[in-house]
Amino acid sequence: MLDGLKGPPVHPVLKLLVQRLALGLLLLLAVSAVIFLGVEALPGDTAQAILGQSATPQALENLRNQLGLNEPALTRYFAWLGGVLTGDLGISLTNGSDIATAIGQRLGNTLFLAGCAAAIAVPLAILLGLVAARYAGRWPDKVISGATLTTISLPEFVAAYFVIYLLTQVIPIFQPVAMVFPGMSFWAKLNAIALPVIVLVLVVLAHMMRMTRAAILNVMQSAYIETAELKGLSPMTMIWRHAFPNAIAPVVSVVMLNLAYLVVGVVVVEVVFSYNALGQYLVDHVTKRDLPVVQAVGLIFAAVYILLNMLADIIGILANPRLRHPK
Amino acid sequence: MADDTLLQIRGLKIEATSYPPGEPPKEVTLVEGVDLTLARGRVMGLIGESGAGKSTIGLAAMAYGRGGVRLTGGTIRLNGRDIRLADNRTLRSLRGKEVTYVAQSAAAAFNPAKRLMEQVTEASLAHGLLSKPEAEARAISLFDKLGLPDPETFGDRYPHQVSGGQLQRAMTAMALCPRPDLVIFDEPTTALDVTTQIDVLAAIKEAIRDTQVAALYITHDLAVVAQVSDEIMVLRHGRMIEVGPTETIIHDPTQDYTKALVSVRGLDHAEKPPAEPVLRVEGVTARYRGTTFDVLKNVTVDLPPGQTLAVVGESGSGKSTLARVITGLLPATQGRITFAGRELSGDLKGRSKDDLREIQMIYQMADTAMNPRQTVGTIIGRPLEFYFGLKGAERDARVQDLLDQIEMGKGFADRYPAELSGGQKQRVCIARALAADPKLIICDEVTSALDPLVADGILKLLLNLQAEAQGAYLFITHDLATVRAIADKIAVMFKGEVVRYGQKSDVLAPPFDDYTDLLLSSVPEMEIGWLEKVIAHRKMESAGN
Amino acid sequence: MRLPLSALIGLTFTSAFVFIAVFAHLIAPYPIDLSVGKVWEGPSAEYWLGTDTIGRDILSRLIYGAQITIFVALAASVLSFSLGAFFGFLAAVKGGWIDQLLSRGVDLMMAIPALIVALVLLSVLPLNLTVLILVIGVLDSTRVFRLSRAVAADIAVMDYVEAAKLRGEGGVWVIFREILPNALSPLVAEFGLRFIFAILFISTLSFLGLGIQPPLADWGGMVKENKDGLIYGKAAALLPAGAIAALAISVNLVADWVLTRTSSLKGGRGG
Repeated sequence: MLDGLKGPPVHPVLKLLVQRLALGLLLLLAVSAVIFLGVEALPGDTAQAILGQSATPQALENLRNQLGLNEPALTRYFAWLGGVLTGDLGISLTNGSDIATAIGQRLGNTLFLAGCAAAIAVPLAILLGLVAARYAGRWPDKVISGATLTTISLPEFVAAYFVIYLLTQVIPIFQPVAMVFPGMSFWAKLNAIALPVIVLVLVVLAHMMRMTRAAILNVMQSAYIETAELKGLSPMTMIWRHAFPNAIAPVVSVVMLNLAYLVVGVVVVEVVFSYNALGQYLVDHVTKRDLPVVQAVGLIFAAVYILLNMLADIIGILANPRLRHPK
Repeated sequence: MADDTLLQIRGLKIEATSYPPGEPPKEVTLVEGVDLTLARGRVMGLIGESGAGKSTIGLAAMAYGRGGVRLTGGTIRLNGRDIRLADNRTLRSLRGKEVTYVAQSAAAAFNPAKRLMEQVTEASLAHGLLSKPEAEARAISLFDKLGLPDPETFGDRYPHQVSGGQLQRAMTAMALCPRPDLVIFDEPTTALDVTTQIDVLAAIKEAIRDTQVAALYITHDLAVVAQVSDEIMVLRHGRMIEVGPTETIIHDPTQDYTKALVSVRGLDHAEKPPAEPVLRVEGVTARYRGTTFDVLKNVTVDLPPGQTLAVVGESGSGKSTLARVITGLLPATQGRITFAGRELSGDLKGRSKDDLREIQMIYQMADTAMNPRQTVGTIIGRPLEFYFGLKGAERDARVQDLLDQIEMGKGFADRYPAELSGGQKQRVCIARALAADPKLIICDEVTSALDPLVADGILKLLLNLQAEAQGAYLFITHDLATVRAIADKIAVMFKGEVVRYGQKSDVLAPPFDDYTDLLLSSVPEMEIGWLEKVIAHRKMESAGN
Repeated sequence: MRLPLSALIGLTFTSAFVFIAVFAHLIAPYPIDLSVGKVWEGPSAEYWLGTDTIGRDILSRLIYGAQITIFVALAASVLSFSLGAFFGFLAAVKGGWIDQLLSRGVDLMMAIPALIVALVLLSVLPLNLTVLILVIGVLDSTRVFRLSRAVAADIAVMDYVEAAKLRGEGGVWVIFREILPNALSPLVAEFGLRFIFAILFISTLSFLGLGIQPPLADWGGMVKENKDGLIYGKAAALLPAGAIAALAISVNLVADWVLTRTSSLKGGRGG
C-alpha cells in the first residue's frame, strides 16, 4: 500500500472471514472425500448391486471393467472430483443418463419449493418468536410454545399426512399430489406446491421460532437492558435501540441453521408429494443402488448445508462489535 | 428541613418469590421496616453483608424490583411524591432524570453494540433535558472531571475498548449527565483491583461534590463507605441495625454488629523469628503451555515450618501461578523447589504420595472446590482413606475429630455442600486439607469471597490450627489487611516478579519501593479523610488505571 | 416432590407404549403378516381398527410395529449413547491429540445432514436390522459426543477435580467419582432426546422404503403402505402416523421434565 512498507494491518474481521471461507472449502473437500472414499470402504459391491445375486462372475467382471471399478479408489476419487469441479457428474448406472442434466432440471424445483417455504417461515418465525419473547410466561407465549413443542416431535412425513388429511379430506381445498412441469404458469406452480410448502413451513417454523424466542430472551435478560430500563426509556425504544442490535446476530444465525434443516426436510416432503425434484431423485436412486447419482446429489445437499452454516458464522462475525471495532 | 428532603422511605417492605429446587415456590421477605431520609446533596452509605438487602433498597429508590422482587409495603417519597405504586409512565419520567444508577459491573451494564457517547447522553436526550451538542459537551466535561484519558474522543469508543476502571468511571458519567437529584451507586468499585479502586473512588467522590448530587452509596466495605458518605446505614438480613453520621458509626457505634464490623480488620499477629525453611523456591520461572510470556520471573522465596508466607499482589501479578508451580500443576521452566529437605519434581506425575500428602491446597471458591455430589463425610474422609488407609468406624471417628477441630461439631458428616453456608464450606475445605496431615497448606485467596465477619472467623481458625499443628501456610491474597493479620513473612509480587520480600516487620516498614507504597496506601482505612490524604501522596499511577 | 401434569402424561403414555412393545405377541389379536379380512374394511368388533390395503388387521400390525419401532430406536440410542459418552469423556479428560482427532472427525460428520449421510450409506449397505441400528446409532452418537465432551470438560476444570488430581487420585476415581456423578443428569435428559431422534429417524427411513423391510413392519413403513388409502379417505392410514407422534411427544414431555429438574438443581448449586 501507499502509506508504508509494512502495509496496513489486516482488519481482524477480514482475517476471520477469510479463515471461515477457507475452512468451509476444506470442509467441502473433506465431505466429498467421505462421500466417495468412505462409501468405497464399506462392504458392498456396486456391480453385484446392479446385476443382482444371480449374475455370473464373468458378467460382474465385465461390468467392473466397464465402470472402472478395478482402478485404485484414490485414482477414481480424483477423477470424480475433477469431473465434479468441471460440471461433469458422471452417468447414472441404472439408465445411463447424464447426471448433471438430470440434476439441473430438478434442482430448480427443489429450490423453488424450499425458497417458498423459507419466504413464509422466516418472517413468521421471527414475528412469533418476538411475540412469545415479549409476553414470556404469559398466555400468548404458552400457546405458541405449546403448539410448537408438538410439531417439533413430529417427523416431516407424519406432519405431511396430517396436513394432507386435513386439507384434502376434511376440508378438501387442495390436491394431495404436487405436480409441476415445464410450461406451467408461476401461479399454477404456486398453487400446486401449496401443500408441501405448508408442511415444510410447519416443520421448520417450530425450531426457528423457539430458537428465536430463546435468543431474544437471552438478550432481554442482559444487564444493559436493565440499564436502559433504569434510564426511563420506553419499552419500544429499549427493544429497538438496545435489544435489537444485539439480538440480530443470534437470530440471523438461528434462521440460517434452520434453513439448513430445511434441506433435510425437503427430501422427505418431496417423496410424500411425489414432487419431481432433487430429494425424490435421491431417494429413488438410493433404492436402485445407483451410487454415482447418490454421491452427486448427496454432495449437492451437503454443499448447501455447509454453505448455510458458513453464512450463519459469517453473519455472527460481522455482527459482533468486539470484532468489528478491535481495541 | 422538610423542604430539603429529597428521598424519604418509611416502613419499606420488599418481598420476592423463591423457587427452591424440588419444593413448591415460597414467599420470602427481603427487606422489612426500613426507614431512610436523605436530604438534597447528601450522601448516605448503605452497608451490610451479602443478603442484607442493600442493593434491593437502592433499587427501590427508583421503584424498581429486579427479577421477581416486589415492593409490597411502606412509602417511598422522592421529591415529595410516593413512587412505590406509581404507574409506568410516571416511573419512566423519573428514572434517568431525577434518579440514576451506577451498577457494580459496568462491563455488563453497557450495551456492547453502541458507542459510549451515545449511551452516556441517551437519558438526557430521551427526557428532553439537553440538546445533543449540550449533552455531548456535558459528557466530555464529565469524562474530564472523572479523569478519563482523551475526554474529547473517549466517547467514540465501544465499551470493550476501554479498561474496567475506565468503564466504571464512564458509568458514573452516564449517571451524572442528566443532572439527576439522586444517584444510586451499587458497589461501583467492588469488582476492581485494589489500586484501581482508590482512583475510581476518588473520582466518584469528587464528581459527587462538584455536581452537588445526592447519593446512596451501597457497599460491603465499611472503610470504603466511610470515605464518601455523610451518613451510614448498617443493614443485616433486610433490617436496619443502626443509622447515623459517618463519624458516629465509625468511632462510636452502639450496636454489637456494627462494633464487630468496625473492628473486623483489627486482627493482628505477632511475627515469628526467622528459621530454617521447610519450603524453598529458588529462581523459579514459568509460563503457560503454548505461550511465549513468562508469568513468573526468577522467583525466590522460602518458608519455615509453622510460619506463614503471605504472597501479595493484584490480579495478573503471578501469585496464583506460583501456587500452581509449587503444587506441580504447572512445571517451572527454570529454577527448583525443595521441600522438607528433598527436591520436588516439577511435574505432578513425578511426585511421591508423601510429596502430595504433605502439600495441601485450599481454594478461593469453596463452592467449586467441593464435589456437590459428595457428602461432607466423603469429602473429608477420602484423604484419610487414600493416604492412611482408614476405613469404617475408624475413619468416621477421625472425620468427626476434624469437624470438631474446625468448630463445626456433630451432624455435618451426612450433609451435602449445598446445605452449608459460605463460611462452613470453607471450613470443610480446611478440614479436608488437615485430614492429609500436611506440612504445608497453600491458601489461595481463601477469604476473599467471604463476608468480612465470616472471613475473620476463618483467619482466626487458621491461626489457631497453625499454633496446634505447626503447619506452614503459603497465603496468597490481594488484601493487605489479611496479610497483617496472619503473615510472618511477606512477598510482594508485581507482573510476575517478587518486588519486595522479607520478614513482615521489614516489608511493612519504610522506606518503600513505589509499588509496595501504592499497594499499601490503597487499602482503605477506617478513617475519615483518608482518601484525600492517600491521593495527595501518590507516586505512581495504579497498575490497572 | 410433585410431578407436573405434563410429566405425568408423558410417563403414563411412554410406559404404556413400552408395555405394548414388550408383550406384543400376547396382546395382538392376529399375526403380523396375515391377510385376515377384506381390503380396507372399516372398524368392526372383529378388527377394531379395520384392515389395511391387503386386508391385514391394522391393530395387530400397530402393536407389532410398536415392538419393532421401539426396539430399533432403543438399540440405536443405547449404541449412540455409549459411543458418544465414552468418546466424549475420553476427549474431555485426555485432551491433546486424542481430543483433536475425535472432535474434528465429529465436526466432519456433522457437516453433512444425518439423513443425507444415511441415504448415501444405505445405497451401498445391505438393508437389515443390524445395519440400520449401526447407521442410526453411529450417526447420532456425534451429538452425544459433543454434549458429553462439553459437560465433562466443564466439570474437569472445576477446583474439586483439580483437588482430586493433587491428592494423587487415578483416572478411574476422577472419571467415575468426581466427573460422572455430576454429568449424569444432563446426560439422562439427553438420552430421552436421542431416543426420540432415533424413533423419528427409523420411521423416516422406513417411510422412504430404506428402513425396516417386509415382512417386518414398523410404523414408518405402515404409513408408506397405507398412504394410498388416505387419498381415498381412509383415516385409518393416519393411525401409525399418530402412534409415532404420540410416542415422540410423550418421551419429549418426560425428557423436558428431567431437563428442567436438572437445570433448577444447577441453579440451586450456583446460589
